[in-house]
Amino acid sequence: MKPFDYLRASAPDDATRADATIIAGGTNLLDLMKLQVMSPDRLVDITRLDLDHIEDHEGGLRIGALVTNSDLAADDRIRRDYPVLSRALLAGASGQLRNKATTGGNLLQRTRCPYFTDTAQPCNKREPGSGCAAIGGQTRLHAILGASEHCIATHPSDMAVAMQALGAEIEIQETTGATRRVSIREFYRLPGDTPHIETVLAPGELITAVILPAPPKGRQVYRKVRDRASYAFALVSVAAIVDVQDGRIAAATLAFGGLAHKPWHDPAVDRALEGAEPTPELFDAAADVLLADAVGQGSNDFKIVLARRTMKAVLAEATGLKEAA
Amino acid sequence: MNISLSINGTTHDLDVDPRTTLLDALRHHLDLTGSKKGCDHGQCGACTVMVNGRRINSCLALAVMHEGDDITTIEGLGSPEAMSPMQEAFVGHDGFQCGYCTPGQIVSATAMLSELKEGWPSHVSDDLVSAPKMSRDEIAERMSGNLCRCSAYPGIVAAIQDTADKETT
Repeated sequence: MKPFDYLRASAPDDATRADATIIAGGTNLLDLMKLQVMSPDRLVDITRLDLDHIEDHEGGLRIGALVTNSDLAADDRIRRDYPVLSRALLAGASGQLRNKATTGGNLLQRTRCPYFTDTAQPCNKREPGSGCAAIGGQTRLHAILGASEHCIATHPSDMAVAMQALGAEIEIQETTGATRRVSIREFYRLPGDTPHIETVLAPGELITAVILPAPPKGRQVYRKVRDRASYAFALVSVAAIVDVQDGRIAAATLAFGGLAHKPWHDPAVDRALEGAEPTPELFDAAADVLLADAVGQGSNDFKIVLARRTMKAVLAEATGLKEAA
Repeated sequence: MNISLSINGTTHDLDVDPRTTLLDALRHHLDLTGSKKGCDHGQCGACTVMVNGRRINSCLALAVMHEGDDITTIEGLGSPEAMSPMQEAFVGHDGFQCGYCTPGQIVSATAMLSELKEGWPSHVSDDLVSAPKMSRDEIAERMSGNLCRCSAYPGIVAAIQDTADKETT
């Protein structure tokens, strides 16, 4: 690890004005610093800030950025009203990591693309302009949607996929001290030709909270497909919130992990489901919409099929079609 | 940087480079070598310690960030002369072969039972709302952050199950 100066923030302003890399749980950042994938000159520790509460807010919840993944998953309100989020959190990482990892940090974790973490390889995300060694390489974990010729990495979070389905908002403290809220749907960027810029956060800005809207109607399902039964990143994951009324889908929101540079949400998929009677044919038609522009890289071609099958299985569960069959 | 850490109920003053992980502070500065360095990347769990009662990977923690926290290592759970119930159960069930992962397994399992007692659900819990029930699947899921390359898992699971059973009776 390269040397750095260590600062401790006692107020949010200390973090936004420090011209330093923010550290909270550190489970991803310290790992990357050991590999010298990241080598900040200054770290500002925000763990002493008062940002670890979950509060009732505007009919929903306001989750402080420092709430740990464990505490969030175990919170009674999350388990009862936002089970898709609890399930997504519990599907990620290990018990030890969830105890340390925070809500804000989880949103900002970096890709697990093995070429990103190998400093001997070119990577446009790690070193802009150096190229992408993943293209033409081993791409089992890589994107099939929204990738570019500069980067085919995926976002590794489970939590963010559930928050994408829930339409969460991210509260950000700017360097001026002002606060703004950004929908998670606008928060992440596709790689394009600047894969090193992953979100709309400007340098120095601090995530202070995630705001969940009022609990949605309908059933919530999170399903993750991975290479091991536990403690592995998603090949494909699906978060679904589906409300069936009088035999028809009144509302549906689907989000996907493991498929793209960001937790994926395509409103056209939701629209393809809404108003229709849940049938396997309908689910296939919606999967056609999701995967219309899907492109495999060779060793991840299977994801195109896996995404369809996982989505159909989740929809069967969420609409009750599985029980009926 | 001068810091003070509270470990197993004792306060230690030490001078560390900010890069020092909690694990290296324990092993190299304080001679508490029970916590082991396996992968040094949070994947194996051999370095597991408790911070304020919660298990974490001490290899992915900076010592300077844990001033004021209450840290418990394997040395704080018991000693060869006075073993904790979990330590006794690991001996009784042969929950190890080479022993390298064992301190991490025991600290992790001890904290895991507290999480279960607090009613935390897991990925394999059928129902998120009611209290989770102990089972082999629950132990395997909740202990997935601790690897054993000798594959002593049958003994590890039996030791944890046994300890949990004794706690509830």
